Amino acid sequence: MNIDWANFAIWQSLTGGMLIGLAAALLLYFNGRIAGISGIVGGLLRPAKEDIGWRVAFISGLMISSFVYMIANPLPVSKIDADISTLIIAGVMVGFGTRYGSGCTSGHGVCGLSRGSLRSFAATVSFILAGVLTVYFAKHLMG
Amino acid sequence: MTAFITGLIFGLGLILSGMTNPDKIIGFLDILGNWDPSLLLVMLGAIVVTATSFHLTKNRQQSFFGQPIKLPASSNIDHKLIIGSLVFGVGWGLGGYCPGPSLASVLQGGYQPLVFVTSMLVGMGFFEIFNQFGNKKRLSN
Repeated sequence: MNIDWANFAIWQSLTGGMLIGLAAALLLYFNGRIAGISGIVGGLLRPAKEDIGWRVAFISGLMISSFVYMIANPLPVSKIDADISTLIIAGVMVGFGTRYGSGCTSGHGVCGLSRGSLRSFAATVSFILAGVLTVYFAKHLMG
Repeated sequence: MTAFITGLIFGLGLILSGMTNPDKIIGFLDILGNWDPSLLLVMLGAIVVTATSFHLTKNRQQSFFGQPIKLPASSNIDHKLIIGSLVFGVGWGLGGYCPGPSLASVLQGGYQPLVFVTSMLVGMGFFEIFNQFGNKKRLSN
């Protein structure tokens, strides 16, 4: 293992993480809901749509955040290596997988682990492991 | 309105911590190569704040606005949880996007986040169809 110190932004990561934590706490305090992004979005696609208002409001805030960020700072550069067909496959897998497994990085990884849920711990270990293996195959065996 | 602000804060946290950049996610998952541990600290920072506040509200039955607090009821580790999470992990490793960062990036321009989010919605739609079918089968049995 070799740590990539050039890209490892310790303070930005911690402060950004704390903002995410604050948002998760606020959503529970004010709306009584868990901040799991896949669940919030997926709930809108249900045949029997439940409580649309707060879901749309949350997603709108999330989508508009880059414009608000730009008022104070230039947006960090995004580098996307995946081509269009990879992005489509990745998107479908993320969409289906997070709903079938009842959560993503935020729902299981942040909120679930914060509640000490063993179920979320198992989910988090599974998706990180699958991600690590995928990157290993793509980058080191095939790339 | 509070949900809007909450989503906004969530997105700002993602952008500040660099999580909207797929290259950083791949860098985190590349444990065997040149490893960027940033995501670990993002999760740590988030968990410290969330766990503290969840602990403080543990005995509340209602939110400040009187809505019931809805916590996930299920606690069993079943094949759906594991298979779903593995499928998600493969997709995450392929694209470098998970649901939150992709939505925060979708209006930043560039076709990639848009392609990803559209495909993700299709994937979630597949799940709903799959789920409906499963429920019908269970009802008819």
